[in-house]
Amino acid sequence: MPSTIRVRAVAGGDTTEVQALIQHPMDSGFVKNSSGKLIPPHYIEILTFEHAGKRVFTAYWGPAVSKDPYIKFSFKGGAKGDALKVSWIDNLGKNDSLTAVLLG
Amino acid sequence: MHVPTTTRRFTLSLLATTGLATTGLLGRPRAAIAADAAGWPVAAFKKNSEPDALAALYGQPLIASDKITLEVPEIAENGAVVPVSVSTTLPNVTRISLMVPQNPYTLAASYVLPAGTEPAVSCRLKMAKTSEVVAVVESGGKIFGTRKTVKVTLGGCGG
Repeated sequence: MPSTIRVRAVAGGDTTEVQALIQHPMDSGFVKNSSGKLIPPHYIEILTFEHAGKRVFTAYWGPAVSKDPYIKFSFKGGAKGDALKVSWIDNLGKNDSLTAVLLG
Repeated sequence: MHVPTTTRRFTLSLLATTGLATTGLLGRPRAAIAADAAGWPVAAFKKNSEPDALAALYGQPLIASDKITLEVPEIAENGAVVPVSVSTTLPNVTRISLMVPQNPYTLAASYVLPAGTEPAVSCRLKMAKTSEVVAVVESGGKIFGTRKTVKVTLGGCGG
């Protein structure tokens, strides 16, 4: 099964810019389906990024984050070829992770 | 199994959740499977006013600041996908949170930034209707905020 995580991280100069897209319904719990029944909440709660064994970013998300969420941030350091581990866990305990390689 | 200390707590939470899921298969109600991930600020995410969400997450009042740049569209034709970017020139930023007071739950996202991570983040939020978006920046242990209104013509929360 393909990963739910797509990440593009580019090391350049002093910082590494990270952009990630996660495939996830991010159901808020307030939307009804076609038969008028509420779709239960299902959303990512925690998304983390680790570089060289150090946590560089933690996202705590609620149901107001858009479907197939996007995130962009930058951290100091990082070199082409370094590993960046991306992990998420949702409110139902489902999770996924991926280790990406920094581009130069 | 050796687990590095930094990820140990997170991994344990995954293991705990897997354990619950297994129990669920043995006949426990499905609701028992859902467990909030360790470290997720559960109380803050359940508040439906800005003062309550600020109190739950920070326990202190917001100081208005012109050192925060909040980029949002003036008008969002689709409230399901509203691009939001925050950056700040404030020093020693440890956390950036986004609040949408007119949504069912005020707190939308909260980002923890360790030393070395730039105080800037972009993401996309759902907005149920026209509302302010409040960017809250924790800098040197105090919290600073700036706000902008986004006019939503089609709500993104089933409205």
